[in-house]
Amino acid sequence: MALLQISEPGASPDPHTRRHTVGIDLGTTHSLVAAVRNGVAECLPDRDGHVLLPSAVRYLADGTTRIGSAALDASVSDPHNTIVSVKRLMGRGLADVAQGGRSAYDFVEGPGGMVRLRTAAGVKSPVEVSAEILATLRQRAEDTFDDELYGAVITVPAYFDDAQRQATKDAAELAGIKVLRLISEPTAASIAYGLDNASEGLYAVYDLGGGTFDLSILRMTQGVFEVVATGGDSALGGDDIDAALAEWALARLGVGATSAGDRRAAVIAARAAKEALSTTAQAEFACVIAGAPLSLAVARSDLEAIAQPFVDRTIAVTRQVVRDAKVAKTEVDGIVLVGGSTRMPLVRAAAQDFFGREPLVNLDPDQVVALGAARQAEALAGNHGAGGLLLLDVIPLSLGLETMGGLVERIVERNSPIPTARAQDFTTFQDGQTAMAIHVVQGERELVADCRSLARFELRGLPPLVAGAARIRVTFTVDADGLLSVAAREETTGVQASVTVKPSYGLSDDEVARILGESFGHAEQDMAARALREAQVDADRLLAAIASARRVDGDLLSATERESIDLASERLRQARAGIDRVAIDSALKALSEATEAFAAERMNRGIRRALAGRRIEEI
Amino acid sequence: MNLAIDDFELFGLPRRFALARTEIDARRRALQAEVHPDRFAASDAAARRAAMQSAVRVNEAYERLKDPLKRAAYLCEIGGAPIGAEDNTAMPVDFLDRQMAWREALEEASSRSELEAIEQDVARERRAAHDRLALSLDSSNDVAEAARQVRALMFVERFAADIGDRLVALER
Repeated sequence: MALLQISEPGASPDPHTRRHTVGIDLGTTHSLVAAVRNGVAECLPDRDGHVLLPSAVRYLADGTTRIGSAALDASVSDPHNTIVSVKRLMGRGLADVAQGGRSAYDFVEGPGGMVRLRTAAGVKSPVEVSAEILATLRQRAEDTFDDELYGAVITVPAYFDDAQRQATKDAAELAGIKVLRLISEPTAASIAYGLDNASEGLYAVYDLGGGTFDLSILRMTQGVFEVVATGGDSALGGDDIDAALAEWALARLGVGATSAGDRRAAVIAARAAKEALSTTAQAEFACVIAGAPLSLAVARSDLEAIAQPFVDRTIAVTRQVVRDAKVAKTEVDGIVLVGGSTRMPLVRAAAQDFFGREPLVNLDPDQVVALGAARQAEALAGNHGAGGLLLLDVIPLSLGLETMGGLVERIVERNSPIPTARAQDFTTFQDGQTAMAIHVVQGERELVADCRSLARFELRGLPPLVAGAARIRVTFTVDADGLLSVAAREETTGVQASVTVKPSYGLSDDEVARILGESFGHAEQDMAARALREAQVDADRLLAAIASARRVDGDLLSATERESIDLASERLRQARAGIDRVAIDSALKALSEATEAFAAERMNRGIRRALAGRRIEEI
Repeated sequence: MNLAIDDFELFGLPRRFALARTEIDARRRALQAEVHPDRFAASDAAARRAAMQSAVRVNEAYERLKDPLKRAAYLCEIGGAPIGAEDNTAMPVDFLDRQMAWREALEEASSRSELEAIEQDVARERRAAHDRLALSLDSSNDVAEAARQVRALMFVERFAADIGDRLVALER
């Protein structure tokens, strides 16, 4: 990207390498899709002009589905088959979501104890339900572009763990969307806000959505967005306030809601009253329970008394994140409010009270996340016009290993900047021990049982030594996508083992294959044609990237390097002209290898450039 | 990129303790703006791999430089007096007395304001320790003394973390 920016002023990007990208906010209550068009990020509307797609999916007995408003209409009359707030179930086990029978859904246990929902169209996983929403947004985008979508940045709550992130990626794969990256919602919001307002300084993003709460602290400097610290609660949102208000109202009325439909109706009435109370002092809680119409006047003070404990929890999280960031709250230059629940005056007042300054409200709390994701997607696709946008992210949750006694040894602390690599030495516990079990976990608690298990693997063939003599170095590597790899190596023998962590909380690979085959109908030929087209585009881009790099840094090449790159480039051009995808891929690989040393030299020059004009004596 | 150079050289900073955090941050941003893998999203795989390695190295150095305790320990190591905290726990008596008093105060504290008062006391001690480190590392060049100060500061930081844990527990 940095290399492409030096093209002639006014030169339009090559249409063959232009990639259509979007940002998707897959929300608890609504979902949105946004794209950068002519340099401006905007949310894409559906045919009726609506940008918000209610995150609701209804399964009918004839095997068809209704998505969005069409599904929501049946949420009271057909509660078991109309799935809302599915985001709260993503990557969750049945035990995590058991709500004492209050839920409208018919939960069943899936593989690995994961939640599944029984519907008229069969048992569905939360991943499949989310995929329906994502596929609808993908279609909306492709209709708008009148072209295929290259890829998307999808937002997730900052505090989503790896299981929840993987479930989100699986849903995108089912929907036929290439995920350029998952980024956290508050970060996306800050990108949109920061770029639009040319903001500089330290910002706190307070994001209270339907089902999740996040607080992130970021530093914005000339298009560079640096996450300083982040934290949250992935099971705290407006939904909880709705449920509590509904319960309170029914108790006041002396009515019990026993059926799933009645419970849904009460929650919808509670939400309507809550929303009205953001602008009025009095509202009506009105719904039909067991065939009888009910009505109750609700004052804003009633709602605030009910909502207070939830808001208090957000402030407790906020205090913790400010502490983690090692900043004083007075250093914060601005507070950005994101998520529909921040429309509540009580929430605004709490944020203002904590930081001692008025929150910024000159943006649409519903749209800002998708808009920021669209900006990041543009940058990650390497398209022109992404500007100097660079996101320097952190990992939201600590990563560690299980040690003796079920204790966690943290290797990478939460809020560590990524990409990162950390190593730590371990040793054996027993004399003659020849194998070691490596158990990778995620979370902040001391006991393995309280953390989330991510992966297990074994290092075998250790030399049989006395306990404590072997030296096993375990290295955690987290790339810019947040993807974790763990490697273990015994130092004296060089025995090693490693794993790339892909937690199995979403769907198993078999399930993905089956569902892809069944309901989303990707014909094999399409896949092959698409793969060839992608290889050709990759070839064009690689040739263009190298040509561009040589224009800037060609003087770094020796005559022999230049020769071997020329040769590999010519081979790729020839392969590109044909239709043999395998030949193109291998020529791509060969050219890429031929530029290895050149790439390293360019990186060194970049470092020298970064420090140019910053001489030591100046400090 | 040359992986053998030390953190200070990588960041183009003088090898000393007293450094402005804002300058360390600014250099990290400038370096990442050049080498971060996202800058090479449209480039070839070799460039992306090289970028990943460089970005990891820059973040590693950043985390060591930005934290005064880690920075001081690193300077001691470079200067030939590695910290070796595990096998070297001897501390002066008055320091241990102060620790005991703090621990007792922490045990007895039950409110946010009491905990925050101890925290302020610890913050004062931290600032004083940083000043002493600047003297021994930057002025008198006494790494052995600096290593002792680093070991003492490690106690202070551990205690500060315990106060943090108590404050978090208070919220729950």
